[in-house]
Amino acid sequence: MKILVPVKRVVDYNVKVRVKADGTGVDLANVKMSMNPFDEIAIEEAVRLKEAGIATEVIAVSCGVAACQETLRTAMAIGADRGILVDCGDTEIQPLAVAKLLKALCDKEQPQLVICGKQAIDDDANQTGQMLAALQGWPQATFASKVVIAGGKATVTREIDGGLETLEINLPAVVSTDLRLNEPRYATLPNIMKAKKKPLDTVKPAELGVDVTPRLSTLKVAEPARRSPGIRVADVAELVNKLKNEAKVI
Amino acid sequence: MTILVIAEHDHQQLKAATLNTVAAAARIGGDIHVLVAGSNCQAAAQEAATLNGVSTVKVADAAHYQSQTAENLTALVMANAAGYSHILAPATTFGKNLAPRIAALLDVAQISEITGVESADTFVRPIYAGNALATVKSADQTKVITVRTTAFDTVNRENAAKIESIAAANDTAQSTLTHRELTKSERPELGAAKIIVSGGRGLGSGENYHKLLEPLADKLGAALGASRAAVDAGFVPNDYQVGQTGKIVAPQLYIAVGISGAIQHLAGMKESKVIVAINKDPDAPIFQVADYGLVGDLFEVVPQLVGAVG
Ligand SMILES: Cc1cc2nc3c(=O)[nH]c(=O)nc-3n(C[C@H](O)[C@H](O)[C@H](O)COP(=O)(O)OP(=O)(O)OC[C@H]3O[C@@H](n4cnc5c(N)ncnc54)[C@H](O)[C@@H]3O)c2cc1C
Ligand SMILES: Nc1ncnc2c1ncn2[C@@H]1O[C@H](COP(=O)(O)O)[C@@H](O)[C@H]1O
Repeated sequence: MKILVPVKRVVDYNVKVRVKADGTGVDLANVKMSMNPFDEIAIEEAVRLKEAGIATEVIAVSCGVAACQETLRTAMAIGADRGILVDCGDTEIQPLAVAKLLKALCDKEQPQLVICGKQAIDDDANQTGQMLAALQGWPQATFASKVVIAGGKATVTREIDGGLETLEINLPAVVSTDLRLNEPRYATLPNIMKAKKKPLDTVKPAELGVDVTPRLSTLKVAEPARRSPGIRVADVAELVNKLKNEAKVI
Repeated sequence: MTILVIAEHDHQQLKAATLNTVAAAARIGGDIHVLVAGSNCQAAAQEAATLNGVSTVKVADAAHYQSQTAENLTALVMANAAGYSHILAPATTFGKNLAPRIAALLDVAQISEITGVESADTFVRPIYAGNALATVKSADQTKVITVRTTAFDTVNRENAAKIESIAAANDTAQSTLTHRELTKSERPELGAAKIIVSGGRGLGSGENYHKLLEPLADKLGAALGASRAAVDAGFVPNDYQVGQTGKIVAPQLYIAVGISGAIQHLAGMKESKVIVAINKDPDAPIFQVADYGLVGDLFEVVPQLVGAVG
């Protein structure tokens, strides 16, 4: 079976972003960009399924600017077989639009499984996988910490607020990754070189028949209120005194 | 304008997050309905009817709502969505799993984890791990929203709304719950706790985590939390994780022990009223958000603290 893995190019997780002075967004000039960490986990899981002989092909898809090709090359260096760039130019692509683009690609490629990240660490939306599953009429298993594929079904352990639950879902399906699903490998130099030769196709949203016009407009982006600076206490006695008599929280 | 709030519950009782979500609905304004879909869930429906601001509780009671799968709940909401201007769910794993599925079928955007209501179509939400706050306006007919519970106080329970039964939708039979392993604890829930004692990699092991932090949590009546590193290392279960991609908490007092204060962790706890940091590294970023910072070895400081409180 084929597995499709959507990978998003986002600000690297080590970067602390700054809000632009004019309040129109965050400053992304000269900021390090990387693959969304949850998507690395998704690619790793798909590649492991291929190594286990369960998947036959792993296709990475990224929607956005031309530089998403780098993200696709990273995915191929981890082990994806080919990449598809949905070139959206500078248009802001919101989760519903991504889900529709992925739906069009699923209709074409007919994967049995889509493994995506649970959340992109820039928009913190946590929507795309669920939306794709809905548009396809497929079941979903979000926030996965374990995935077993057998007999046309996926058995997925999910991280939920109270603990863990296990779902058995029919394939095709969408699975979204949580942090503890696996630890992604580092791409080795030979694999990075090999990835450069793997096929990478480019399509435009219009060719997929998808209208990607944003539904939400951002009126303003502001910096959150800063906490007023605290103090250092010398010892436990001073700490307890402050908590009792100044903060009055114990 | 009529708003539908999807209740999160365990069939007997509402989860506290439902009460915060109703509060957010009240901020938007208009008539508020609550949907309780469950199996033998009359008790939860009756509780929903007591929530202030609610005019009608709609109850769908059927065995296939026992496991609360997104597939079955979406089918039910879609059959009943007509006429609602807004559909709200808490931004918990329950609501995050469900709301986007509904939004996609309505062909509308979903607005995640709102922390503020500017008007009926304009909302504030954190992005980039809470390092920026975006004000977004929706052009869609129906607004499907998840609500960050820490940003809205719970509503009171002095109401007697009417309760209406609605027909269950068909069982989609796409997904079967085979196992659920909930962390059992006598302590308060992380989301609802007034005090949280949270531990990180600095504790070194699960044994140390429990040996040091449990006596402190016992004395303070606190919930226990953790950083991702502590969860990844297996000190505690996954549902202890506080942060951008874990639980968002805002207690009266948050005590961070052996946690460095990565942005992903801060995203989950920096709205706490008072933050205490205990860390041996004076340059740890956690001290930048701490009201009271104590530089020291947690293995000495925490037992002293247990002795000094209470
Ligand atoms: C996609 C993504 C999502 C993430 N989501 C989250 C999230 O939701 N929540 C989260 O917490 N993290 C999250 N992280 C991880 C985050 O980046 C940090 O790696 C993590 O928070 C570090 O945990 P820590 O502070 O326990 O460990 P460390 O950073 O290793 O810090 C340990 C601290 O303990 C102190 N210490 C050690 N020994 C002692 C001692 N004896 N006495 C006192 N102090 C001591 C050290 O000085 C140090 O500051 C995420 C990361 C990614 C990439
Ligand atoms: N522009 C994009 N291109 C490719 N995949 C994406 C894109 N946006 C979101 N995704 C996928 O959807 C997941 C969840 O993203 P989000 O719903 O934006 O939080 C990500 O982890 C990716 O797997």
